[in-house]
Amino acid sequence: MVRATSTQKNDAAPKKPAKKGRRASAESMAQKQREISVSEFFTKNRHLLGFDNPSKALLTTVKEAVDNSLDACEEAGIPPELRVEIHQTAEDRYRVVVEDNGPGIVKAQIPKIFGKLLYGSKFHRLKQSRGQQGIGISAAGMYGQLTTGKPVVVTSKTGKGRPAHQYEIVLDTRKNQPNILADTTIDWERREHGTRVEIELQGNYRAGRRSVDEYLEQVGIANPHATITYVPPNNRAPLMLERVTDELPPETTEIKPHPYGIELGMLIKLMKESTHRSVSGTLQAEFSRVTARVAHQICETAGLRPTATAKRLGPQEIEKLYRAIPKVKVMAPPTNCIVPIGEELINRGLARELRAAIYASSTRPPTVYRGNPFRVEVGLAYGGDLRRMAIEEDSLTIKAKTEDRGEGPITLLRFANRVPLQYQQSACAIFKAVVDTSWKSYGLSQPRGGLPVGPMVLLVHIASVWVPFTSESKEAIAHYPEIIKEMKLALREVGRKLNAFLRRREKDRLQEKRRSIFSMYIGELARSLSRLGAGDETRIQKKLDVLVAKHAPQREVAVAAGASEVADSPVGLVEMSDDGELDDGELELDREEPRQLSLVDDDAPSAPKASKKKAAPKKKAAPKKKAAPKKKAPARKATSKKTTTKKTATKKTATKKTATKKTATKKTATKKTATKKTAKKKTAPKKGRRS
Amino acid sequence: MASTDARDKKTIGKLSKLAREVVRDINAEKDPSLSIPSRSLGNVTFDEARSIIELGDQKQQRQLFNVAHARKFMQTFLIADACRELIDEGKTTSIRDLYYITKHTLEGSRQNTFEDQDESDPIIEDLEVTIDALREELHLFATNKGSMVGPMTIVDSGDAIDLRRLGSGGWSIPSIVESNVIQFQECDAEYILLVEKDAVWRRLNEDKFWRANKCLLLTGQGMAPRGVRRLLYRMHKELKLPVYVLVDNDPWGFYIYSVIKQGSINLAYESLRMAVPKARFIGMSSMDREAFQLPDNVTIKLNDQDISRAKQMLAYPWFDKKAWQKELKTMLRSGVKLELEAFSNKGISYISEEYLPKKIRDRKWLA
Ligand SMILES: Nc1ncnc2c1ncn2[C@@H]1O[C@H](COP(=O)(O)OP(=O)(O)OP(=O)(O)O)[C@@H](O)[C@H]1O
Ligand SMILES: [Mg+2]
Repeated sequence: MVRATSTQKNDAAPKKPAKKGRRASAESMAQKQREISVSEFFTKNRHLLGFDNPSKALLTTVKEAVDNSLDACEEAGIPPELRVEIHQTAEDRYRVVVEDNGPGIVKAQIPKIFGKLLYGSKFHRLKQSRGQQGIGISAAGMYGQLTTGKPVVVTSKTGKGRPAHQYEIVLDTRKNQPNILADTTIDWERREHGTRVEIELQGNYRAGRRSVDEYLEQVGIANPHATITYVPPNNRAPLMLERVTDELPPETTEIKPHPYGIELGMLIKLMKESTHRSVSGTLQAEFSRVTARVAHQICETAGLRPTATAKRLGPQEIEKLYRAIPKVKVMAPPTNCIVPIGEELINRGLARELRAAIYASSTRPPTVYRGNPFRVEVGLAYGGDLRRMAIEEDSLTIKAKTEDRGEGPITLLRFANRVPLQYQQSACAIFKAVVDTSWKSYGLSQPRGGLPVGPMVLLVHIASVWVPFTSESKEAIAHYPEIIKEMKLALREVGRKLNAFLRRREKDRLQEKRRSIFSMYIGELARSLSRLGAGDETRIQKKLDVLVAKHAPQREVAVAAGASEVADSPVGLVEMSDDGELDDGELELDREEPRQLSLVDDDAPSAPKASKKKAAPKKKAAPKKKAAPKKKAPARKATSKKTTTKKTATKKTATKKTATKKTATKKTATKKTATKKTAKKKTAPKKGRRS
Repeated sequence: MASTDARDKKTIGKLSKLAREVVRDINAEKDPSLSIPSRSLGNVTFDEARSIIELGDQKQQRQLFNVAHARKFMQTFLIADACRELIDEGKTTSIRDLYYITKHTLEGSRQNTFEDQDESDPIIEDLEVTIDALREELHLFATNKGSMVGPMTIVDSGDAIDLRRLGSGGWSIPSIVESNVIQFQECDAEYILLVEKDAVWRRLNEDKFWRANKCLLLTGQGMAPRGVRRLLYRMHKELKLPVYVLVDNDPWGFYIYSVIKQGSINLAYESLRMAVPKARFIGMSSMDREAFQLPDNVTIKLNDQDISRAKQMLAYPWFDKKAWQKELKTMLRSGVKLELEAFSNKGISYISEEYLPKKIRDRKWLA
């Protein structure tokens, strides 16, 4: 990037002048460049940060602010409550307001965070989070400022009783420094703590694919612990997503890089800046899984003395070291730093947005690519009413693709560290894994080299300390074979669950068909038999009815509702229970136990629950139990049901018939209430009930 | 007419027994099922000694609670009840009529009890074999087909008919020819000649072949229907007349002959009362082309169906005789077939004046 700027300056400079003069100006330029190149560079290359066109600019702005809010809340252990507003201020201008209940930002930090590019707390660490670069929000502010001249308005409060600081900040693009236009203290009664960011920008609002609406819907799916209120522009109906779990994802932990993932440049830097004297000591201190023995082996393989002074290593020696690393067997990195959404919460996240006939999900055990731990998980929602429940009809972006039930390709939702990926689908490893999976064997048709076809929303999430994107724009995941393999395994797992459901439903349909065939003929038969002198017609008919019921047992659903859609409802997988929440039934039954890593890893067996923090044990327990005991809405009755454990679920299979009937009848009732509920939400969005 | 004779009472008894058995199962919450003698090729045996095709012991179960059977199960009793009503009312009707009588839309659906007659006819046959009743005992008959003339007087439903004085059309053979309907009176005939083709029958009738040759001349207009076959059987037995069969020289003609002789697969259960094992095949033989010097240009090429049928027949036990194997093989080798009308090439009355008299005189038939 430095080069880009300097070339331009060079072009502007006269070509003739003597070498001496040129060298002198280059030096002075170099000095300036260090201060202004970042913001200047991004001003000129805004597409790299997602500001290439007005509608994408609006989306990116919302996205940067929302990602930051969610990161901050989670890091502080606060269940996120977000409010997103978009106001149209002129034909092509919008004011984006994002407010959170996070920890807030200390006064001194505010200007730099919002008025300086490459300033952040996440860059210098290896930890699973949404943001990484330290560019996001200041770039959004800068874009707003460039297109409207308006400053970023930041309000932040760090605790109860403390004052809220409100800043108006512009970024001095030449210096990459914040300029404070206003600095006031205000009362912010509404929030005990939190941050509110307002950015006005030139943009374009539209609904549908790749819109802010879609982005927030998908955020809702991948973040079931977040409550989000969204007020779209143009008086469109607000979206109100209430969290479906009170439990925050366990805290992610920071890890040191694994030697297998290191790049040469980074290794040089580490050696040069080492605070440890010896090469061996540096290796042990800077990397995970490098013990004294391993460090010695690396040095030995590289032909270096372990006690050699790290700072004095020449470039060739460091390169030898670099080449030696892959030859030495190093334990896989710890994987407890990766926090998946979890199977149960994926289902509930999907159910928050869609009313499908069946939900199924699968979270793979952690594994490693190029020294970076990662986990893949997949969820699907099939059939039923694949429609967002909370927002008005014409903005139903998911529905837009799936309403022609079974006709078009499925809707694929991609996530990286819980952030929806909305662009470059076909370049993404997720797309490849889905396309390369043989969906035909799971009951879906699939054109060659394409997405499967059917009324289905498929979610694929990769969580990692370092998500390998194909480019800086963070839109598609690179095709690492290890990653694609994990994805395919997860897809296969949910595929099997889907198949079980489809087969079951087919069986039900067949039964229904049988029943209708028998019932069609018995009336006629009873009459003939009776006329042949074999008995009373109604009596024969009654007896025949008994036999029909025996031969084609009827699902009560159909009787109760007569609605085919309800009859579609799954049995044995996840169904909507009477309080409109998920009831996972036998979902867990066919789930394989997490497999161990292929690499040697002493942490692996306990990995999913190994986090030292308090939340850790719950994480493993959560998907196994039917639901977290203290879910939302304690007022609702049905929670008592949720204490069933996995064992009970097994029993349930045995007594499937009874169970089926129960849920089925209940479900019908649910449908109605659910619809009513939605209607209410539409007209009167409530505030998060817990704050 | 409410009065029913003993035979009718017996039939009604069989029908209602069938129904009561089903209801008994239903009351016991058992799956009702009907045991129907199977009328497939697999359940047909050739009784060498009696030289007739017989129905085996195999039965197929028709179950109400089998999606593939339910409809037929219902239809069986629909037909059974309709027949009961016919018997009760002392009426007899055609199977086509019965189809219309029983056809209606099923309650609460768009389906009909029967979609076409092809669906109801086999059900009637099922019922016949299941309760072991003759079609006429169910007060049913097939559409009349077949004619007869000859030096004999018969009584048909009380009317005496002189079969010598019936002009060009002859007596139309009804489908029920049981002794209570048809009785034979004085007869001058020395043999019976059944011809496959109506046109040939007309030629022979016009030439008064039956008068000159003292025979009863019948046609079944193609495959002989039940009435014709039953009549042949009765005349053969009761009047002790030999039966000659004249058919086209093609596999279908041979098959028509074989049905007269030992019964059909489809009506194997009726063989005993219809088959005439001693029936003689008078022509037209594959050897006749040479014997009567028919020109090549009156032959017709065998089509694929002819060839495969001829090959099948080679394997039938009832064609497993030297002469028949020769017939079939000669036909297959020559690759051609001949129609009876081919004789007209040698003169319009060649068949009645030359061919048939010579064949009978020379005893050139197959049995
Ligand atoms: N709402 C917020 N509450 C608390 N801290 C915040 C908030 N928004 C931003 N921050 C802090 O400001 C820093 C800079 O944010 P910024 O979005 O510019 O970069 P980032 O999130 O670190 O990385 P990326 O460029 O990938 O988004 C963050 O690292 C975080 O520490
Ligand atoms: Mg950020």
